[in-house]
Amino acid sequence: MKNASPSRLPLYAFVVFTSVLCAFPAEAHLNSTGMGPFYDGLMHFLMSPEDIVPVLALALLAGLRGASYGRRALFTVPVAWLLGGLAGLSAMTTRPHPFIAAAWFLMLGGLLAAGAKLSLRVTTALAALLGLYHGYLNGIGMGQFDTAAVALLGLVFAVFVLIALAAAFVVRLRAHWARIAVRVAGSWIAASGLLMLGWAVRTR
Amino acid sequence: MNMPRHSPLARAMALAVFVFLCAQMALAHPQKGEAVGFLTGFRHPISGLDHVLAMVAVGLWGAQLGAPAIWVLPVAFPMVMAVGGMLGLMGVPLPGIEYGIALSAILLGAAVMFEVRPPLGVAAALVGFFAIFHGHAHGTELPPGQSALLYSMGFVIATGCLHALGIGIGTIHRWAWGQRLLRVAGGLVVMGGAFFMWKAVA
Repeated sequence: MKNASPSRLPLYAFVVFTSVLCAFPAEAHLNSTGMGPFYDGLMHFLMSPEDIVPVLALALLAGLRGASYGRRALFTVPVAWLLGGLAGLSAMTTRPHPFIAAAWFLMLGGLLAAGAKLSLRVTTALAALLGLYHGYLNGIGMGQFDTAAVALLGLVFAVFVLIALAAAFVVRLRAHWARIAVRVAGSWIAASGLLMLGWAVRTR
Repeated sequence: MNMPRHSPLARAMALAVFVFLCAQMALAHPQKGEAVGFLTGFRHPISGLDHVLAMVAVGLWGAQLGAPAIWVLPVAFPMVMAVGGMLGLMGVPLPGIEYGIALSAILLGAAVMFEVRPPLGVAAALVGFFAIFHGHAHGTELPPGQSALLYSMGFVIATGCLHALGIGIGTIHRWAWGQRLLRVAGGLVVMGGAFFMWKAVA
């Protein structure tokens, strides 16, 4: 009688278990390692709702008006952001005013909710102002680091990609309900702005 | 053919490997309450049945009324709710909040039950008036140490999702049986509102 062959499962399990125990640190925490200044800047933007939401609102607003508006925002905001950031790098330290942050939410969210038919010139001016203001604030915050300029480039890259994706997505929308849904998102942004305003008053 | 038998050690090792591979994120580095601020805000409207009833009723009513009310009401509600939330954050007192929230469920449910069709301005004003009470309740209950911005965005988005749920359910209005079912749903909202009113008074 032939003996049953011994199971190889314990061996496999032992090898996998040992591998898991010997795993190298993931180094996933930016606090200790960082991802390099370019990606630090990029991630800073993506993890800052006070930066990302107004940019998203402007991209949606421009996208609703059409491709030419989207293209204008796509190039105006990142360039203005870069210029504002460079100015902020060498500026004296100052604190961002919470009322202005709330005002951006309110204005851009309100315009989006109302489906405002802004001219290309006004859209460009809004894009430039938004980029300059937020870029300046980011520049001030980054000024203490040697690699700030590279981080700023990463941040501007993220702004460019976000506007490109959001505006292109909205430009393609043709269904009435889908365009209404974008405007509803604007009302949520404006509502968040109102609440930020209340919070700013409370903490003064 | 005989299957090889696994020893208890082998099974334990396999289980240990499986547990290790299914490990969750540590979430060990929250900054200024950001990790929980959004979730706390998002959970706030959906964790209270009184809020849920009123907000779903707004969506149901909008779906009954059709365009443009179907999107005007869900836009008006978060905007005015934010005004209420702002008052709450600023510490401005508002009397009778619990009564207002319960009454909102009763009246909005009744509007759905009887398929009331007022002018758009009247419907928006009614929805907006009650939104102040809901917003004030959210605004005053911001837990300390959490990101106010993400908390606000969380409860605004959750409110919008509840409206969308109501609108989604309300699409059955195109069928005759759906219209009857919506009226029944309105009646249930009225009953829920009456229960919360009774709790508030008691």
